[in-house]
Amino acid sequence: MRQVYMDYAATTPPLPEVVEAMLPYLDEKRVFGNPSSLHSFGQEARAAVEEARAKVAALINADPREIVFTSGGTESDNFALHGVLYANKDKKDHIITTKIEHSAILAPCRFLEKQGFKVTYLNVDKDGLVDPEEVKAAITDKTALVSIMHANNEIGTIEPIAEIAKLLNGKGVYFHTDAVQTVGQINVDVKELGVDLLSASAHKFYGPKGAGFLYIKKGTRMKAFMLGGEQEQRRRGSTENVPGIMGMGKACEIAKIDLPNRIKHLTDLRDKLSQGLLKIIPDIHLNGHPTKRLPKNVDVSVQFIEGESMLLNLDLEGIAVSTGSACSSSTLEPSHVLLAIGKPPEEAHGSIRFTLGRLNTEADVDYVLDIFPKIVEKLRAMSPLVRRK
Amino acid sequence: MAAGYSEKVMDHFRHPRNVGEMENPDGIGHVGNPTCGDIMEMYLRVKDKVITEAKFKTFGCGAAIATSSMITELITGKTLEEALKVSNKSVIAALDGLPPVKQHCSVLAEDALKSAIDDYLKKTTGKGLEGWQPHNEH
Repeated sequence: MRQVYMDYAATTPPLPEVVEAMLPYLDEKRVFGNPSSLHSFGQEARAAVEEARAKVAALINADPREIVFTSGGTESDNFALHGVLYANKDKKDHIITTKIEHSAILAPCRFLEKQGFKVTYLNVDKDGLVDPEEVKAAITDKTALVSIMHANNEIGTIEPIAEIAKLLNGKGVYFHTDAVQTVGQINVDVKELGVDLLSASAHKFYGPKGAGFLYIKKGTRMKAFMLGGEQEQRRRGSTENVPGIMGMGKACEIAKIDLPNRIKHLTDLRDKLSQGLLKIIPDIHLNGHPTKRLPKNVDVSVQFIEGESMLLNLDLEGIAVSTGSACSSSTLEPSHVLLAIGKPPEEAHGSIRFTLGRLNTEADVDYVLDIFPKIVEKLRAMSPLVRRK
Repeated sequence: MAAGYSEKVMDHFRHPRNVGEMENPDGIGHVGNPTCGDIMEMYLRVKDKVITEAKFKTFGCGAAIATSSMITELITGKTLEEALKVSNKSVIAALDGLPPVKQHCSVLAEDALKSAIDDYLKKTTGKGLEGWQPHNEH
Protein backbone atom coordinates (compact mmCIF):
# COMPACT_ATOMS: atom_id res chain seq x y z
CA MET A 1 0.00 0.00 0.00
CA ARG A 2 1.08 3.54 -0.72
CA GLN A 3 2.26 5.35 2.43
CA VAL A 4 1.68 9.10 2.53
CA TYR A 5 2.81 10.91 5.66
CA MET A 6 1.04 14.28 5.92
CA ASP A 7 1.45 15.00 9.62
CA TYR A 8 4.66 17.04 9.51
CA ALA A 9 3.33 19.47 12.13
CA ALA A 10 3.32 16.56 14.59
CA THR A 11 6.86 15.54 13.76
CA THR A 12 9.25 15.24 10.82
CA PRO A 13 11.58 12.39 9.88
CA PRO A 14 15.19 13.32 10.68
CA LEU A 15 17.33 14.09 7.65
CA PRO A 16 19.96 11.43 6.90
CA GLU A 17 22.63 14.11 7.36
CA VAL A 18 21.19 14.83 10.81
CA VAL A 19 21.43 11.20 11.87
CA GLU A 20 24.97 11.04 10.52
CA ALA A 21 25.94 14.17 12.47
CA MET A 22 24.69 12.54 15.67
CA LEU A 23 26.39 9.16 15.36
CA PRO A 24 29.93 10.12 16.47
CA TYR A 25 28.42 11.31 19.76
CA LEU A 26 26.81 7.94 20.41
CA ASP A 27 30.00 6.00 19.76
CA GLU A 28 32.26 4.56 22.45
CA LYS A 29 35.26 5.03 20.16
CA ARG A 30 34.50 8.63 19.33
CA VAL A 31 33.08 11.67 21.16
CA PHE A 32 31.21 10.59 24.29
CA GLY A 33 32.74 13.03 26.77
CA ASN A 34 30.83 15.30 29.12
CA PRO A 35 31.18 18.86 27.78
CA SER A 36 31.73 20.10 31.34
CA SER A 37 34.78 17.86 31.86
CA LEU A 38 38.17 19.55 31.68
CA HIS A 39 40.00 16.67 29.98
CA SER A 40 40.30 16.21 26.25
CA PHE A 41 37.29 13.87 26.04
CA GLY A 42 35.09 16.58 27.51
CA GLN A 43 36.66 19.44 25.64
CA GLU A 44 36.10 17.76 22.30
CA ALA A 45 32.41 17.46 23.13
CA ARG A 46 32.37 21.09 24.36
CA ALA A 47 33.81 22.33 21.06
CA ALA A 48 31.23 20.36 19.10
CA VAL A 49 28.32 21.68 21.19
CA GLU A 50 29.51 25.27 20.74
CA GLU A 51 29.80 24.73 16.98
CA ALA A 52 26.19 23.51 16.94
CA ARG A 53 25.13 26.52 19.01
CA ALA A 54 26.63 28.83 16.39
CA LYS A 55 24.62 27.07 13.66
CA VAL A 56 21.41 27.40 15.64
CA ALA A 57 22.09 31.08 16.30
CA ALA A 58 22.89 31.72 12.61
CA LEU A 59 19.53 30.30 11.49
CA ILE A 60 17.58 32.87 13.53
CA ASN A 61 20.12 35.74 13.34
CA ALA A 62 21.01 35.61 17.03
CA ASP A 63 24.26 35.62 18.97
CA PRO A 64 25.32 32.11 20.08
CA ARG A 65 25.35 33.30 23.71
CA GLU A 66 21.62 33.98 23.36
CA ILE A 67 20.82 30.31 22.68
CA VAL A 68 19.95 27.97 25.57
CA PHE A 69 19.58 24.31 24.67
CA THR A 70 16.49 22.58 26.04
CA SER A 71 14.70 19.27 25.58
CA GLY A 72 12.18 20.73 23.11
CA GLY A 73 9.35 23.17 22.50
CA THR A 74 7.35 22.40 25.63
CA GLU A 75 10.33 22.94 27.91
CA SER A 76 11.28 26.15 26.07
CA ASP A 77 7.75 27.53 26.51
CA ASN A 78 7.63 26.60 30.21
CA PHE A 79 11.11 28.07 30.70
CA ALA A 80 10.17 31.37 29.02
CA LEU A 81 7.02 31.84 31.11
CA HIS A 82 8.38 30.75 34.48
CA GLY A 83 11.79 32.33 33.91
CA VAL A 84 10.46 35.80 33.11
CA LEU A 85 7.57 35.82 35.59
CA TYR A 86 9.58 34.70 38.61
CA ALA A 87 12.55 36.97 37.81
CA ASN A 88 10.31 40.04 37.70
CA LYS A 89 7.65 39.18 40.24
CA ASP A 90 8.59 41.85 42.77
CA LYS A 91 7.20 44.48 40.39
CA LYS A 92 5.02 42.68 37.86
CA ASP A 93 2.53 39.84 37.81
CA HIS A 94 0.69 39.96 34.49
CA ILE A 95 0.97 37.86 31.30
CA ILE A 96 -0.78 38.52 27.99
CA THR A 97 -1.28 35.57 25.65
CA THR A 98 -3.94 34.28 23.24
CA LYS A 99 -6.67 31.68 23.30
CA ILE A 100 -5.07 29.71 20.46
CA GLU A 101 -1.66 28.98 21.98
CA HIS A 102 -0.34 25.44 22.24
CA SER A 103 -1.03 23.80 25.58
CA ALA A 104 2.71 24.16 26.34
CA ILE A 105 1.82 27.83 26.89
CA LEU A 106 -1.77 27.54 28.12
CA ALA A 107 -1.13 24.89 30.78
CA PRO A 108 1.76 26.78 32.45
CA CYS A 109 -0.35 29.97 32.26
CA ARG A 110 -3.14 28.23 34.18
CA PHE A 111 -0.56 26.98 36.69
CA LEU A 112 0.84 30.51 37.11
CA GLU A 113 -2.68 31.84 37.68
CA LYS A 114 -2.97 29.43 40.61
CA GLN A 115 0.29 30.87 41.97
CA GLY A 116 -1.24 34.36 41.98
CA PHE A 117 -0.17 35.67 38.57
CA LYS A 118 -2.77 37.21 36.25
CA VAL A 119 -3.26 36.15 32.66
CA THR A 120 -5.13 37.85 29.81
CA TYR A 121 -6.15 35.44 27.05
CA LEU A 122 -6.74 37.49 23.90
CA ASN A 123 -9.33 36.59 21.29
CA VAL A 124 -8.45 36.08 17.65
CA ASP A 125 -10.54 36.81 14.56
CA LYS A 126 -12.25 34.20 12.35
CA ASP A 127 -8.96 33.53 10.51
CA GLY A 128 -7.05 33.11 13.76
CA LEU A 129 -5.26 36.48 13.65
CA VAL A 130 -4.44 38.45 16.79
CA ASP A 131 -5.13 42.18 16.58
CA PRO A 132 -1.91 44.02 17.58
CA GLU A 133 -3.99 46.92 18.90
CA GLU A 134 -5.71 44.53 21.31
CA VAL A 135 -2.33 43.41 22.60
CA LYS A 136 -1.35 47.01 23.18
CA ALA A 137 -4.66 47.79 24.90
CA ALA A 138 -4.22 44.85 27.30
CA ILE A 139 -0.89 46.11 28.65
CA THR A 140 -0.84 47.49 32.17
CA ASP A 141 2.06 48.67 34.31
CA LYS A 142 1.99 45.19 35.86
CA THR A 143 2.52 43.34 32.57
CA ALA A 144 5.77 41.37 32.62
CA LEU A 145 5.42 39.25 29.49
CA VAL A 146 3.51 38.97 26.23
CA SER A 147 3.59 35.47 24.69
CA ILE A 148 2.08 34.99 21.24
CA MET A 149 2.82 32.09 18.92
CA HIS A 150 4.52 32.80 15.59
CA ALA A 151 2.23 30.41 13.72
CA ASN A 152 -0.58 28.21 14.93
CA ASN A 153 0.10 24.48 14.90
CA GLU A 154 -3.44 23.57 13.98
CA ILE A 155 -4.82 26.11 11.51
CA GLY A 156 -1.46 27.40 10.25
CA THR A 157 -2.20 31.11 10.65
CA ILE A 158 0.95 33.26 10.90
CA GLU A 159 0.62 35.99 13.51
CA PRO A 160 1.83 39.60 13.02
CA ILE A 161 4.71 39.25 15.49
CA ALA A 162 6.88 42.08 14.12
CA GLU A 163 3.92 44.46 14.16
CA ILE A 164 3.10 43.55 17.76
CA ALA A 165 6.76 43.96 18.75
CA LYS A 166 6.74 47.53 17.40
CA LEU A 167 3.74 48.40 19.55
CA LEU A 168 5.43 46.89 22.62
CA ASN A 169 8.61 48.85 22.06
CA GLY A 170 9.55 50.99 25.07
CA LYS A 171 6.76 49.60 27.26
CA GLY A 172 9.11 47.60 29.48
CA VAL A 173 7.38 44.33 28.59
CA TYR A 174 9.18 41.19 27.48
CA PHE A 175 7.92 39.54 24.31
CA HIS A 176 8.08 35.78 23.76
CA THR A 177 7.01 33.84 20.70
CA ASP A 178 6.46 30.11 20.37
CA ALA A 179 8.08 29.51 16.99
CA VAL A 180 7.90 25.72 17.09
CA GLN A 181 5.94 25.61 13.83
CA THR A 182 8.08 28.18 11.98
CA VAL A 183 11.80 27.74 12.72
CA GLY A 184 13.40 25.99 9.77
CA GLN A 185 10.15 26.28 7.82
CA ILE A 186 9.68 29.97 7.10
CA ASN A 187 12.05 32.86 7.64
CA VAL A 188 12.61 33.42 11.36
CA ASP A 189 14.89 36.33 12.25
CA VAL A 190 14.74 37.42 15.87
CA LYS A 191 15.80 40.95 14.98
CA GLU A 192 13.15 41.35 12.29
CA LEU A 193 10.54 39.85 14.60
CA GLY A 194 11.67 42.05 17.49
CA VAL A 195 11.18 39.39 20.17
CA ASP A 196 13.07 38.90 23.44
CA LEU A 197 12.43 35.17 23.69
CA LEU A 198 11.70 32.48 21.11
CA SER A 199 11.00 28.74 21.49
CA ALA A 200 11.84 26.06 18.95
CA SER A 201 11.98 22.29 18.67
CA ALA A 202 14.38 20.34 16.44
CA HIS A 203 12.07 17.48 15.46
CA LYS A 204 9.67 19.89 13.75
CA PHE A 205 12.33 20.70 11.15
CA TYR A 206 14.01 17.38 10.40
CA GLY A 207 16.12 17.30 13.55
CA PRO A 208 15.98 14.74 16.36
CA LYS A 209 13.34 14.49 19.07
CA GLY A 210 14.36 15.57 22.56
CA ALA A 211 16.29 18.64 21.40
CA GLY A 212 15.11 22.24 21.30
CA PHE A 213 16.23 25.70 22.25
CA LEU A 214 15.13 28.95 23.80
CA TYR A 215 16.47 32.19 22.38
CA ILE A 216 16.94 34.67 25.21
CA LYS A 217 17.92 38.14 24.07
CA LYS A 218 20.95 39.56 25.84
CA GLY A 219 19.91 41.53 28.93
CA THR A 220 16.63 39.65 29.54
CA ARG A 221 16.00 39.09 33.26
CA MET A 222 15.41 35.37 33.63
CA LYS A 223 15.37 32.87 36.47
CA ALA A 224 17.10 29.57 35.82
CA PHE A 225 14.73 26.79 34.83
CA MET A 226 16.57 23.73 36.10
CA LEU A 227 18.81 23.95 39.12
CA GLY A 228 21.70 21.67 39.85
CA GLY A 229 24.32 22.42 37.26
CA GLU A 230 26.41 25.19 35.77
CA GLN A 231 25.46 24.39 32.21
CA GLU A 232 23.96 26.88 29.73
CA GLN A 233 25.29 29.91 31.64
CA ARG A 234 23.59 28.51 34.76
CA ARG A 235 20.22 28.93 33.14
CA ARG A 236 19.50 25.27 32.59
CA GLY A 237 21.33 22.71 34.64
CA SER A 238 21.76 19.17 33.25
CA THR A 239 24.43 17.55 31.14
CA GLU A 240 23.94 18.61 27.55
CA ASN A 241 22.12 16.23 25.20
CA VAL A 242 25.16 16.19 22.95
CA PRO A 243 23.86 13.87 20.16
CA GLY A 244 20.55 15.76 20.06
CA ILE A 245 22.28 19.13 19.99
CA MET A 246 24.58 17.97 17.16
CA GLY A 247 21.57 16.77 15.19
CA MET A 248 19.75 20.05 15.77
CA GLY A 249 22.81 22.03 14.71
CA LYS A 250 22.95 20.10 11.45
CA ALA A 251 19.19 20.53 10.91
CA CYS A 252 19.62 24.30 11.38
CA GLU A 253 22.58 24.45 9.02
CA ILE A 254 20.63 22.66 6.28
CA ALA A 255 17.44 24.63 6.92
CA LYS A 256 19.28 27.91 6.42
CA ILE A 257 20.43 26.85 2.96
CA ASP A 258 17.29 24.96 1.94
CA LEU A 259 14.62 27.37 3.22
CA PRO A 260 13.63 29.01 -0.11
CA ASN A 261 13.25 25.56 -1.76
CA ARG A 262 11.20 24.25 1.16
CA ILE A 263 8.83 27.21 1.06
CA LYS A 264 8.33 26.94 -2.72
CA HIS A 265 7.86 23.16 -2.70
CA LEU A 266 5.34 23.19 0.13
CA THR A 267 3.41 26.25 -1.00
CA ASP A 268 2.85 24.63 -4.41
CA LEU A 269 1.68 21.35 -2.86
CA ARG A 270 -0.44 23.12 -0.26
CA ASP A 271 -2.29 25.18 -2.83
CA LYS A 272 -2.85 22.16 -5.07
CA LEU A 273 -4.22 20.17 -2.13
CA SER A 274 -6.45 22.86 -0.66
CA GLN A 275 -7.82 23.99 -4.02
CA GLY A 276 -8.45 20.38 -5.01
CA LEU A 277 -10.28 19.53 -1.78
CA LEU A 278 -12.44 22.65 -1.89
CA LYS A 279 -13.31 21.98 -5.53
CA ILE A 280 -14.10 18.25 -5.25
CA ILE A 281 -15.82 18.02 -1.85
CA PRO A 282 -19.03 19.96 -1.16
CA ASP A 283 -19.62 21.54 2.27
CA ILE A 284 -15.97 21.80 3.25
CA HIS A 285 -14.20 24.87 4.65
CA LEU A 286 -10.56 25.86 4.96
CA ASN A 287 -9.68 26.82 8.54
CA GLY A 288 -7.15 29.57 9.18
CA HIS A 289 -6.07 32.56 7.14
CA PRO A 290 -6.28 32.07 3.36
CA THR A 291 -2.85 33.60 2.64
CA LYS A 292 -1.07 34.37 5.94
CA ARG A 293 -0.56 30.69 6.60
CA LEU A 294 2.23 28.14 6.90
CA PRO A 295 3.35 26.69 3.56
CA LYS A 296 2.79 23.20 4.95
CA ASN A 297 -0.71 23.58 6.41
CA VAL A 298 -4.11 22.58 4.98
CA ASP A 299 -6.71 22.41 7.76
CA VAL A 300 -10.30 21.78 6.75
CA SER A 301 -13.67 21.26 8.42
CA VAL A 302 -15.79 18.70 6.63
CA GLN A 303 -19.45 19.12 7.49
CA PHE A 304 -21.72 16.33 8.75
CA ILE A 305 -18.93 13.87 9.63
CA GLU A 306 -16.49 13.43 12.48
CA GLY A 307 -12.72 13.84 12.40
CA GLU A 308 -11.48 10.63 13.99
CA SER A 309 -13.54 8.49 11.64
CA MET A 310 -11.96 10.34 8.69
CA LEU A 311 -8.49 9.97 10.22
CA LEU A 312 -8.91 6.21 10.73
CA ASN A 313 -10.20 5.71 7.19
CA LEU A 314 -7.28 7.70 5.78
CA ASP A 315 -4.88 5.66 7.92
CA LEU A 316 -6.35 2.46 6.46
CA GLU A 317 -5.40 3.86 3.03
CA GLY A 318 -1.86 4.70 4.19
CA ILE A 319 -2.45 8.44 4.66
CA ALA A 320 -1.38 9.91 8.03
CA VAL A 321 -3.10 13.11 9.18
CA SER A 322 -4.39 14.71 12.38
CA THR A 323 -7.75 16.00 13.68
CA GLY A 324 -9.08 18.59 16.12
CA SER A 325 -12.04 16.39 16.99
CA ALA A 326 -12.87 15.73 20.61
CA CYS A 327 -13.02 12.03 19.88
CA SER A 328 -9.28 11.96 19.33
CA SER A 329 -8.53 13.61 22.65
CA SER A 330 -8.72 12.25 26.16
CA THR A 331 -10.69 15.27 27.38
CA LEU A 332 -13.48 14.85 24.80
CA GLU A 333 -13.29 18.60 24.20
CA PRO A 334 -12.98 19.70 20.58
CA SER A 335 -10.00 21.82 19.60
CA HIS A 336 -9.77 25.06 21.59
CA VAL A 337 -8.28 26.71 18.50
CA LEU A 338 -11.27 25.96 16.27
CA LEU A 339 -13.68 27.11 18.98
CA ALA A 340 -11.64 30.32 19.39
CA ILE A 341 -11.99 31.15 15.68
CA GLY A 342 -15.75 30.81 16.09
CA LYS A 343 -16.33 27.36 14.59
CA PRO A 344 -19.44 25.67 15.97
CA PRO A 345 -18.57 22.46 17.87
CA GLU A 346 -19.87 20.20 15.09
CA GLU A 347 -17.43 21.76 12.61
CA ALA A 348 -14.62 21.55 15.15
CA HIS A 349 -15.40 17.82 15.47
CA GLY A 350 -15.16 17.50 11.69
CA SER A 351 -11.69 18.96 11.23
CA ILE A 352 -8.79 17.29 9.47
CA ARG A 353 -5.28 18.68 9.33
CA PHE A 354 -2.89 17.82 6.50
CA THR A 355 0.64 19.09 7.10
CA LEU A 356 3.09 18.63 4.27
CA GLY A 357 6.84 18.15 4.23
CA ARG A 358 9.92 17.53 2.19
CA LEU A 359 9.15 13.94 1.20
CA ASN A 360 5.67 14.76 -0.17
CA THR A 361 5.19 14.87 -3.92
CA GLU A 362 2.50 15.95 -6.36
CA ALA A 363 1.62 12.27 -6.72
CA ASP A 364 0.95 12.14 -2.95
CA VAL A 365 -1.44 15.07 -3.27
CA ASP A 366 -3.15 13.39 -6.24
CA TYR A 367 -3.52 10.21 -4.16
CA VAL A 368 -5.16 12.15 -1.30
CA LEU A 369 -7.43 13.97 -3.76
CA ASP A 370 -8.49 10.57 -5.09
CA ILE A 371 -8.98 8.79 -1.75
CA PHE A 372 -10.28 11.47 0.62
CA PRO A 373 -13.48 12.40 -1.30
CA LYS A 374 -14.45 8.70 -1.34
CA ILE A 375 -14.01 8.49 2.43
CA VAL A 376 -16.09 11.64 2.94
CA GLU A 377 -18.81 10.17 0.75
CA LYS A 378 -18.81 6.87 2.64
CA LEU A 379 -19.04 8.57 6.04
CA ARG A 380 -21.69 11.01 4.89
CA ALA A 381 -23.83 8.11 3.69
CA MET A 382 -23.67 6.92 7.31
CA SER A 383 -24.36 10.30 8.90
CA PRO A 384 -27.74 11.18 10.40
CA LEU A 385 -26.89 14.83 9.69
CA VAL A 386 -27.24 14.10 5.97
CA ARG A 387 -30.84 13.46 5.03
CA ARG A 388 -31.72 10.90 2.42
CA LYS A 389 -32.71 12.68 -0.78
CA MET B 1 -4.12 -1.51 15.82
CA ALA B 2 -5.03 2.09 14.99
CA ALA B 3 -5.97 4.34 17.95
CA GLY B 4 -5.86 1.38 20.35
CA TYR B 5 -8.88 -0.34 18.82
CA SER B 6 -9.34 -4.12 18.71
CA GLU B 7 -9.51 -5.98 15.41
CA LYS B 8 -13.23 -6.49 15.97
CA VAL B 9 -13.79 -2.74 16.35
CA MET B 10 -11.80 -2.05 13.20
CA ASP B 11 -13.75 -4.71 11.32
CA HIS B 12 -17.08 -3.13 12.26
CA PHE B 13 -15.66 0.32 11.55
CA ARG B 14 -14.44 -0.69 8.09
CA HIS B 15 -17.48 -2.76 7.21
CA PRO B 16 -20.35 -1.46 9.31
CA ARG B 17 -23.39 -3.75 9.28
CA ASN B 18 -26.94 -2.47 8.83
CA VAL B 19 -26.13 1.09 7.82
CA GLY B 20 -28.93 3.28 6.53
CA GLU B 21 -32.45 4.45 7.06
CA MET B 22 -35.63 2.38 6.94
CA GLU B 23 -38.95 2.95 5.19
CA ASN B 24 -41.75 3.19 7.78
CA PRO B 25 -39.86 1.80 10.76
CA ASP B 26 -41.81 0.60 13.77
CA GLY B 27 -39.54 2.46 16.15
CA ILE B 28 -36.97 5.25 15.76
CA GLY B 29 -34.34 6.16 18.34
CA HIS B 30 -32.40 9.41 18.26
CA VAL B 31 -29.69 10.21 20.80
CA GLY B 32 -26.67 12.47 21.17
CA ASN B 33 -26.03 15.88 19.69
CA PRO B 34 -23.47 17.48 17.39
CA THR B 35 -21.96 19.52 20.22
CA CYS B 36 -20.81 16.35 21.97
CA GLY B 37 -19.50 15.01 18.70
CA ASP B 38 -21.73 11.98 18.38
CA ILE B 39 -25.28 11.32 17.23
CA MET B 40 -26.91 7.97 16.62
CA GLU B 41 -30.20 7.12 15.03
CA MET B 42 -31.62 3.62 15.19
CA TYR B 43 -34.51 2.21 13.19
CA LEU B 44 -36.35 -0.96 14.22
CA ARG B 45 -38.69 -3.31 12.41
CA VAL B 46 -40.68 -5.32 14.98
CA LYS B 47 -42.94 -8.31 14.31
CA ASP B 48 -44.65 -10.20 17.15
CA LYS B 49 -42.38 -8.47 19.68
CA VAL B 50 -39.31 -9.69 17.82
CA ILE B 51 -36.81 -7.28 16.24
CA THR B 52 -36.64 -8.53 12.66
CA GLU B 53 -34.50 -5.74 11.32
CA ALA B 54 -32.34 -2.95 12.80
CA LYS B 55 -30.57 -0.14 10.96
CA PHE B 56 -28.52 2.84 12.06
CA LYS B 57 -27.00 6.13 11.05
CA THR B 58 -24.17 7.57 13.13
CA PHE B 59 -22.16 10.78 13.27
CA GLY B 60 -19.16 10.01 15.40
CA CYS B 61 -15.74 8.49 15.84
CA GLY B 62 -14.56 4.99 15.00
CA ALA B 63 -15.85 3.61 18.30
CA ALA B 64 -19.27 5.23 17.83
CA ILE B 65 -19.63 3.67 14.38
CA ALA B 66 -18.41 0.25 15.53
CA THR B 67 -20.70 0.16 18.59
CA SER B 68 -23.67 1.20 16.43
CA SER B 69 -22.93 -1.58 13.98
CA MET B 70 -22.37 -4.16 16.71
CA ILE B 71 -25.55 -3.41 18.62
CA THR B 72 -27.70 -3.80 15.49
CA GLU B 73 -26.17 -7.28 15.06
CA LEU B 74 -26.71 -8.18 18.71
CA ILE B 75 -30.41 -7.27 18.75
CA THR B 76 -31.57 -8.60 15.39
CA GLY B 77 -33.75 -11.67 15.96
CA LYS B 78 -34.16 -10.96 19.66
CA THR B 79 -37.46 -10.25 21.42
CA LEU B 80 -37.84 -6.73 22.82
CA GLU B 81 -37.40 -8.13 26.30
CA GLU B 82 -34.15 -9.87 25.32
CA ALA B 83 -32.94 -6.80 23.44
CA LEU B 84 -33.41 -4.64 26.53
CA LYS B 85 -30.88 -6.85 28.28
CA VAL B 86 -28.23 -5.86 25.74
CA SER B 87 -26.27 -3.27 27.71
CA ASN B 88 -23.33 -1.10 26.80
CA LYS B 89 -21.17 -3.68 28.58
CA SER B 90 -22.41 -6.43 26.27
CA VAL B 91 -21.53 -4.25 23.26
CA ILE B 92 -18.03 -3.62 24.63
CA ALA B 93 -17.55 -7.33 25.31
CA ALA B 94 -18.76 -8.29 21.82
CA LEU B 95 -16.23 -5.85 20.33
CA ASP B 96 -13.35 -7.37 22.38
CA GLY B 97 -13.13 -4.16 24.41
CA LEU B 98 -12.89 -0.43 23.82
CA PRO B 99 -10.15 1.98 24.93
CA PRO B 100 -11.13 3.57 28.31
CA VAL B 101 -11.70 7.00 26.75
CA LYS B 102 -14.14 5.47 24.26
CA GLN B 103 -16.35 3.56 26.69
CA HIS B 104 -18.99 6.31 26.60
CA CYS B 105 -19.61 5.52 22.91
CA SER B 106 -21.14 2.21 23.96
CA VAL B 107 -23.58 4.09 26.21
CA LEU B 108 -24.71 5.96 23.10
CA ALA B 109 -25.51 2.66 21.37
CA GLU B 110 -27.45 1.35 24.37
CA ASP B 111 -29.36 4.62 24.61
CA ALA B 112 -30.20 4.61 20.90
CA LEU B 113 -31.65 1.13 21.26
CA LYS B 114 -33.70 2.09 24.31
CA SER B 115 -34.87 5.27 22.63
CA ALA B 116 -36.05 3.22 19.61
CA ILE B 117 -37.88 0.69 21.82
CA ASP B 118 -39.40 3.58 23.80
CA ASP B 119 -40.68 5.05 20.51
CA TYR B 120 -42.06 1.68 19.40
CA LEU B 121 -43.88 1.19 22.71
CA LYS B 122 -45.32 4.70 22.61
CA LYS B 123 -46.62 4.09 19.09
CA THR B 124 -48.10 0.68 19.87
CA THR B 125 -49.22 0.90 23.49
CA GLY B 126 -49.33 4.65 24.10
CA LYS B 127 -46.85 4.20 26.96
CA GLY B 128 -43.10 4.53 26.64
CA LEU B 129 -40.33 2.40 28.13
CA GLU B 130 -40.78 2.40 31.86
CA GLY B 131 -38.19 4.28 33.87
CA TRP B 132 -36.07 5.15 30.86
CA GLN B 133 -34.41 8.54 30.51
CA PRO B 134 -31.80 9.25 27.86
CA HIS B 135 -28.40 10.37 29.18
CA ASN B 136 -27.83 14.04 28.58
CA GLU B 137 -24.26 13.59 27.54
CA HIS B 138 -22.43 10.82 25.85
